[in-house]
Amino acid sequence: MKIAADVRRHLTRHLGPLLPIVGAVAVGFGVCGLIALWVGLSPRLMFQQLMIGAIEGPQLFETVARAVPLVGMTLAAAIPLRAGIVNLGADGQLALGGCAAAIVALYLPAPDLVRLGVALTAGMAVGSAYAALAAAGEIYAGVPLLLSTWLLTYPAKGLCGYLVRSPLRDPSTAWPSTARIAVGSRLGSLLPGTPVNQGFLLIALLAVAVIFIDRRSSVGFELRLRGLNQRFARYGGVALNRQTLGVMLASGAIAGLVGAIMVLGSQFRYTDGALTAPQYSWSGTLAALLAGGEPLGSVIAAVLFAALQTGGFAMERSVEIPRVLTMVLQSIVILFLAMRGAIWKRS
Amino acid sequence: MISTFFNAAFFDQAVLGITPILLAAMAGTLSERVGLFNIALEGEMLVGAFAAVAGSHFGGSLQTAVLAAIAAGALFSGLLAVGSALLRGNDIVIGISLNLLAAGLTSFLLRTLFGVSGTFSDSAMAGLPRLTVPGVASLPLLGLALGHQNALVYVSWALVVVIAVFLNRTPWGLRLRGIGEQPAAAIALGAGATQYRFIVTLTGGALCGLAGLQLSLGSLTLFSENMTAGRGWIAVAAVMLGRARPLYVAAACVLFGLSDALGLRLQGVGLPNQITDSAPYVVTLAALVIAGLKQRRRTAGVI
Repeated sequence: MKIAADVRRHLTRHLGPLLPIVGAVAVGFGVCGLIALWVGLSPRLMFQQLMIGAIEGPQLFETVARAVPLVGMTLAAAIPLRAGIVNLGADGQLALGGCAAAIVALYLPAPDLVRLGVALTAGMAVGSAYAALAAAGEIYAGVPLLLSTWLLTYPAKGLCGYLVRSPLRDPSTAWPSTARIAVGSRLGSLLPGTPVNQGFLLIALLAVAVIFIDRRSSVGFELRLRGLNQRFARYGGVALNRQTLGVMLASGAIAGLVGAIMVLGSQFRYTDGALTAPQYSWSGTLAALLAGGEPLGSVIAAVLFAALQTGGFAMERSVEIPRVLTMVLQSIVILFLAMRGAIWKRS
Repeated sequence: MISTFFNAAFFDQAVLGITPILLAAMAGTLSERVGLFNIALEGEMLVGAFAAVAGSHFGGSLQTAVLAAIAAGALFSGLLAVGSALLRGNDIVIGISLNLLAAGLTSFLLRTLFGVSGTFSDSAMAGLPRLTVPGVASLPLLGLALGHQNALVYVSWALVVVIAVFLNRTPWGLRLRGIGEQPAAAIALGAGATQYRFIVTLTGGALCGLAGLQLSLGSLTLFSENMTAGRGWIAVAAVMLGRARPLYVAAACVLFGLSDALGLRLQGVGLPNQITDSAPYVVTLAALVIAGLKQRRRTAGVI
């Protein structure tokens, strides 16, 4: 009897917070099923294809490959969210990071390995610096990050779009893109025959580092403190402005790194719009929101969302349901949770 | 040189650019005044733009398009009203997910209802016809911009005045402002905070629906994915700059509309459009920074 009670208490403590999430996911699937039904498609077939398409055979590696940038963008969103800050400009930082990495990988006269290292670093540095602009705007002029980060994405994407149309354009392709990056400056394949590249290791390492810092370091503690109660954090001696800057530098660096990894590991050139088209930053933001910015939970949510996206491709191919429905599903889950106040209670 | 640059077409372009932002910014102004932070303007506008095209295409008339845009905007904002005004959920998180939901849903419906991705256009669709205001239309330089626009443009100007009068000169406006500024006191006096927030959110949705209508049927007749392109966020910025006072907010919208038209003009001169397209966002950011710095200096002087 006592053991049963213990088990139950244990379960409610650890699984209790998950219940609303499970409920919201059920609602999301329900609504998407209804939408499918409304446009005259079979929901059963839709969900079947979604599941199979995400994990069956080689599709599993597709999901892993997709999870790499998605987990990265999730971490970029989760770090600020942990402190109650929203970075909506990850797309701009991603594009600039990818573009900078491509430029270095194409034009830096240096040995292969050095060039690769500098390209990755350049991606991080550029993403970081661009995110810092928004932080400076809030610190010195009180422009809310929510607004400035979002508005800054347009000039960033515009600049990259211009660069690959005019000065960096590879005339041999039909797309506005840079030349192809030489094999030596690419991130190699991790599992030959699959789309998984060495970027997997970088992002895995990063995820472990972020989880460790969040749980075990004073930096992580101060972040969580601010997320729980900003005024108390200030009272407790957290330098809020410096923290804002640090958070944005880190978030932008990660977004830039993801851009660099996508360019150096899978696309091998910077093509206008190709980094932002899969909407990793949006899925990442939603995944991080789902887990309240807690890094491990965010990573798990990101992997699930990656599976959902991969499944979406299979669904689109086999039953001709547009895969953008998976975006609808993701946003409904977060919307429902936020409306119920199950996550992100109003402060 | 100047006269060929700032010609009648320039000001016409500016007025066209101002209208959707102005309508959305009025929605944002009402929200802000009742104490809700509405960042779902972008999504509501996008839904309105899509509904307008769907209404025009399937309903076959301008009336159905207008009705569809208003209804869809209000219905979509109902999610924000329920989540934020009724259940008191976090308005920022709800706003972010609503914007994404709008983008996903309109892309999905574009593919399933119209069978295309990217852009749907149909020249048979009814657009908003331009009216001619006698006298004004024959003014030099500004005649086209001020005297030859569609009805919605004039409606949007009238709304600025109506909302300003409503907020500052009516008992309902007073209660609305009271709820935003001192919710506890307003509620103690018997103003129903939840009802006010609910109605304001739905009204805002309807206004954003009209903003979307202007985007998709105002000058061209088409819908393309994410065609709002951040205008809802610019409207949020305009509300901030104008500190939620309708006339000041409208002035901020005029600034953004002019910068939009300026971008298009610079493109005509030969600057690459990827760069000139950024003009409204850069101008918005610059305006926010300048206003912020000024504010800082003023408060620093007081202390």
